Amino acid sequence: MNNQAELVLTPNIARADDFYANLIAAHEGLTKAESDALNARLVLILANHVGNETVLAQALSAARLAKGE
Amino acid sequence: MSRIFETPLYPYARSSDQDAETPVRHPVIVVGAGPVGLAAAIDLAQHNVPVVIIDDNDKVSFGSRAICFAKRPLEILDRLGCGEPMVEKGVTWNTGKVFFDERQVYAFDLLPEQGHKRPAFINLQQYHFEKYMVDRVLELQAAGKQIEIRGGSRVTSIKPRPDHVRLTVETPDGPYELEADWLIACDGAASPIRAMMGLDFVGRVFEDNFLIADVIMDADFPTERWFWFDPPFNRGQSALLHKQPDGVWRIDFQIGWDIDRAEELKPENIDRRLRAMLGEDIKYELEWSSIYTFQCRRMEKFHEGRVIFAGDAAHQVSPFGARGANSGLQDTDNLIWKLKLILDGKAPESLLETYDAERIHGADENIMNSSRSTDFITPKSEISRVFRDAVLDLSERYEFARPLVNSGRLSVPCTYDGSPLNGPDCQTMPRRTRPGSPAVDAPLDQGAWLLYRLDGQFHILAIDAEVPDSLCEHGICATSICLSAAGNDALRERYLGDASSAVYLIRPDQHVAARWETFDEPAMREAIDRASGRI
Ligand SMILES: Cc1cc2nc3c(=O)[nH]c(=O)nc-3n(C[C@H](O)[C@H](O)[C@H](O)COP(=O)(O)OP(=O)(O)OC[C@H]3O[C@@H](n4cnc5c(N)ncnc54)[C@H](O)[C@@H]3O)c2cc1C
Repeated sequence: MNNQAELVLTPNIARADDFYANLIAAHEGLTKAESDALNARLVLILANHVGNETVLAQALSAARLAKGE
Repeated sequence: MSRIFETPLYPYARSSDQDAETPVRHPVIVVGAGPVGLAAAIDLAQHNVPVVIIDDNDKVSFGSRAICFAKRPLEILDRLGCGEPMVEKGVTWNTGKVFFDERQVYAFDLLPEQGHKRPAFINLQQYHFEKYMVDRVLELQAAGKQIEIRGGSRVTSIKPRPDHVRLTVETPDGPYELEADWLIACDGAASPIRAMMGLDFVGRVFEDNFLIADVIMDADFPTERWFWFDPPFNRGQSALLHKQPDGVWRIDFQIGWDIDRAEELKPENIDRRLRAMLGEDIKYELEWSSIYTFQCRRMEKFHEGRVIFAGDAAHQVSPFGARGANSGLQDTDNLIWKLKLILDGKAPESLLETYDAERIHGADENIMNSSRSTDFITPKSEISRVFRDAVLDLSERYEFARPLVNSGRLSVPCTYDGSPLNGPDCQTMPRRTRPGSPAVDAPLDQGAWLLYRLDGQFHILAIDAEVPDSLCEHGICATSICLSAAGNDALRERYLGDASSAVYLIRPDQHVAARWETFDEPAMREAIDRASGRI
């Protein structure tokens, strides 16, 4: 595990519009509860992919729109 | 036939102390003959300190409580001379199954590391556990040690004094007074002594109830641990099935906060629950049932002058992860050698401050782990439940999610990182045996085990290193144990790492105090002084 890793907060998805459309499409036809569940699964899958504790902590903080980040 | 927890084991008997003109003074009095009080007293007796245990009862733990005992406590019990019958009687399981809703989401196999005398844990009823400890007390008595259990005797008041404690004991023959140089309060979570001294016990209360049914079944369930999240037979709640010796199964139903206890405990209602869970046609006998709630809390300090608290009296955790009795045994393991040094004038009384520091560290770790399990089992918010269910759903399909499933994290020994008793570390050696950690077992020649050689005194452990036979510093003598890692991979891997030789100073509680590659006498003397609280 690379502890020097930094959370990427600059554009990093090649076809941003495609990804965004896929994300919304994945939720189509789902109830609010099903959508919440899907989001939770997605967060867990992505978090595991990242793995790095430092990056995960930075992501949590970034997602909270914490001041001073 | 009456059951073991209904049989008086140490019935009240009049003591000559009750006829004394003035209160008799004892070096150490232990209040409470639960697992922790018994462990404290056995340890003291093995160190030739006379000890009296006072208990308001005369039997082992009534009914069913702890069932799971982890490896480290078993190692401590080996040192106390009662590990063997427990492990022989206990059952071990290696397979666990996790169910969610109507389906099994996964099964896991515990693959215990090889090269340890003791298994990762055993399941054993607390009443058997305490019975073996009482047997050990009798054995020590027969060997001439001064250890005594006074049953049917309730401590009703205590007066702490600067250099002793005065207590009143209520008996069937009326009250009498006693004095102790030191008093160890192992009087359980409701600790009357803590209350009498007006000391705080703060933490978190969990608004939940659990119904335990211990049933005797001739069932062909395998010896496995089964845990259900939100099963059809207990919607929105959890359930647990665990095997104990003598064909007894522990079944634990989470039943929520707003319940009618008397109603829930009616045999017909328990029967309904059991049949919904195990099938309409099961045959069983209900050995015991009760409802428990729990809290996670601890005292601010574990000793106050000459009164020392240990076990549930000092800290309480949820049962998830089996940390109650398991951590209580680590308390007395930590305490007794320190108290012995103080009694012998070989260490300053301030050494007790390190009992607080080290065991509060342990208690906080246990409270953190058991609170986390509780929060997973009973999510405290809507979003927490969404994530919990997401973890369970993912765990069915993807291995990555399984470590996130938390139905209790088995108690593992506490490492006293940052303890004032720790001496130098050596970076080339393995992390798991760094100063503060409990010595890890390893097989030795001819079926012997390393931990059996670490017998409650200070030791110098030398691996492929030259050391003197023993070294005495301020009356503390550390005798050497000299081993070679040649042909012993477990020893090499656990104690040498990248080093070619090692010299360890090991404390009486088998925790590592300091380590070097080679023997350096002044450094060793300083480490002994440090580990005994002199510097
Ligand atoms: C359902 C359940 C499951 C559990 N499972 C596990 C598990 O799997 N593993 C585990 O390690 N732990 C488990 N525990 C916790 C475990 O039972 C306790 O941590 C353990 O019993 C604590 O031991 P103790 O000696 O500190 O206190 P106790 O066992 O409570 O003993 C206190 C003793 O003090 C005596 N006493 C009290 N007041 C006085 C007085 N005034 N005078 C004289 N005597 C007095 C009492 O009679 C009693 O004998 C479980 C608990 C519960 C409820």
